[in-house]
Amino acid sequence: MPNKPITTGPDRRGYYGPYGGMYVPETLMAPLLELTDQYGQARRDPAFRRALNGYLRDFVGRPTPLYFAERMTRELGCAGVYLKREDLCHTGAHKINNSLGQALLAQRMGKHRVIAETGAGQHGVATATVAAMFGMECVIYMGAVDMERQALNVFRMRSLGAQVVPVTAGQQTLKEAISEAMRDWVTNVRTTHYILGSALGAHPYPRIVRDFQSVIGREARRQIKRQAGRLPTALVACVGGGSNSIGLFYPFIRDAQVQMIGVEAGGRGIRKGQHAARFAGGKVGILQGTKTFLLQDRHGQIELTHSVSAGLDYAAIGPEHSWLRDLGRVEYAHVTDREAVEAFDALGRWEGILPALETAHAFAWCVQQADRWQRDDVLVLNCSGRGDKDVQQVAAWKQEHTR
Amino acid sequence: MWSEKEKMTRIEKNFTALQAAGQKGFIAYITAGDPNLDATVEHIYALERAGVDIVELGIPFSDPLADGPVNQESAMRALDAGTNLKGVFEMVRQVRRVSDIPLMCYCYMNLLYAPGFERTVQQAAKAGIDGLLILDLPTEEAGDYARTLQDAGLNLITLITPTTPEARMRRIVQHASGFVYAVSRTGVTGIQKSLASDAGELVQRARRVTTLPLALGFGIADPAQAAAAAQNADAVVVGSAIVKQWHEAGASATRQKRVERWIRSMVQAVKEVPVQ
Repeated sequence: MPNKPITTGPDRRGYYGPYGGMYVPETLMAPLLELTDQYGQARRDPAFRRALNGYLRDFVGRPTPLYFAERMTRELGCAGVYLKREDLCHTGAHKINNSLGQALLAQRMGKHRVIAETGAGQHGVATATVAAMFGMECVIYMGAVDMERQALNVFRMRSLGAQVVPVTAGQQTLKEAISEAMRDWVTNVRTTHYILGSALGAHPYPRIVRDFQSVIGREARRQIKRQAGRLPTALVACVGGGSNSIGLFYPFIRDAQVQMIGVEAGGRGIRKGQHAARFAGGKVGILQGTKTFLLQDRHGQIELTHSVSAGLDYAAIGPEHSWLRDLGRVEYAHVTDREAVEAFDALGRWEGILPALETAHAFAWCVQQADRWQRDDVLVLNCSGRGDKDVQQVAAWKQEHTR
Repeated sequence: MWSEKEKMTRIEKNFTALQAAGQKGFIAYITAGDPNLDATVEHIYALERAGVDIVELGIPFSDPLADGPVNQESAMRALDAGTNLKGVFEMVRQVRRVSDIPLMCYCYMNLLYAPGFERTVQQAAKAGIDGLLILDLPTEEAGDYARTLQDAGLNLITLITPTTPEARMRRIVQHASGFVYAVSRTGVTGIQKSLASDAGELVQRARRVTTLPLALGFGIADPAQAAAAAQNADAVVVGSAIVKQWHEAGASATRQKRVERWIRSMVQAVKEVPVQ
């Protein structure tokens, strides 16, 4: 653990150490600079913060509970496992914290059309929800493969009045959905705000998303001190692009004694095209606006990824995570599809909570590392989303793997 | 002056010659490796026969976020054929044995960054490429990379768009050389029914900040549009339309020839536009 104080980013150019930046076509530079400027003003505007906090309380249902998971605590043999219940947010995941903030920003900028990409569908549902609430036009881009494996969320988005556009390019998952959303934004930039859902993309997005998601960590820090009387030994969260994890971690970043673990998707194992663990198989590159760790071949072409969970199935990781890893501040691990599915079941049986498959990766790692925990350790896990959307996917996975 | 001229790229020499002849330029985009690199060599020769001034070679990337469907599919075909930068440079060396046509690459940053930026840029220059247009390298990030290109004797072709404010244009053209590429509308590459109405205004704005030649592109698909674009600009760029026609022509020599004639008609439409 480094003793020097952590300098988090971003700097004025949107960098976290050597990662981040603004690698986008020129057409997007003016709108990104405008967004940087407008967000800077909004952030300091008490009226904006009041409006955001009001909606977070009354519409999203914040603060979410920090739940003492008694049976899981016993299973792991430590002093306490606490679940930050983001699955209890309106729409069923943490994604709405950011969608809401960015929709308010869009209104402030006079943009009445919002677009978003979605992988697991939770960000799409959250964005469709706030767009409906504010009366904004909403278009969601989603890979055709993801639309199939997250059909429930497609139905929800359409019921909320959003247009869901299938993306059939390439691998037909999250990465292609982001490219297609960026193409829409490039074309309709004067009327449209792009609500990016993860701590990814060009500056200022990684920062905006982190800030709006940091409500998770701020609440958790207050709650654990009250409920456990101390700071936790470790924070654990899954990492796709990295929004729920950075949201939990960031407010603890200067608490040097608190360990942080981000869990990536190990898929079918760390072999080319079989996983989405960027720190296990990737190297630094530039994709979709940002410089960060990427799964790519030696020519710089982006590699295929695989994860049972659509929300973690992405070739790049948010730039701030790359920096936190270099600093040694956050530890990154990965678990397989099988371990995630087993954790999905275990949490249901132990705690009566069916987590999202993304979230199940974080649980799986805690269970796998049971030997690591001492009797007086206190863990906080981000229960980032609920698993209703995944029941068909889990059933299909089990059928395929028990034959 | 003499030594300066020696160092000029083929792109710069071409614009100097066009200016002396009182002519507008024609830049043609094709994806390198669609359907394979042997075909690309033939296409470059065909473009030269058709009177094209500069060939812009798209380097296929797995995630081309600035491209519309035509060029996306073209890139996929090129990747499926196994195209990579090493192969493109080899192909360019082959072309250079017989042709001096100015060649520039249209590419995404990761393809240069992953194998090592400096080394790759030097290889490009050595192969006989004259300039690079790096789609996702805005002026904010260009600094050191722009110097690397300059040291290698390559032009850095920069983009200005309808959303670029004038103060920003001034900063962008500081890194630019060869020519400045004005994107005629917001959006991705692709074929449009008509030229954006504010394209002329964009060129006018750019004239106020640079003396470099200005090329206008994105969406031009027929001789009439090409001629209209050439009214204000020093050169026009035609991309997706050529990619589409050549793909649809397939392996038929007759149909390939027909595409070449159609390209020639666009070039001629541009050449007939008088220089004010």
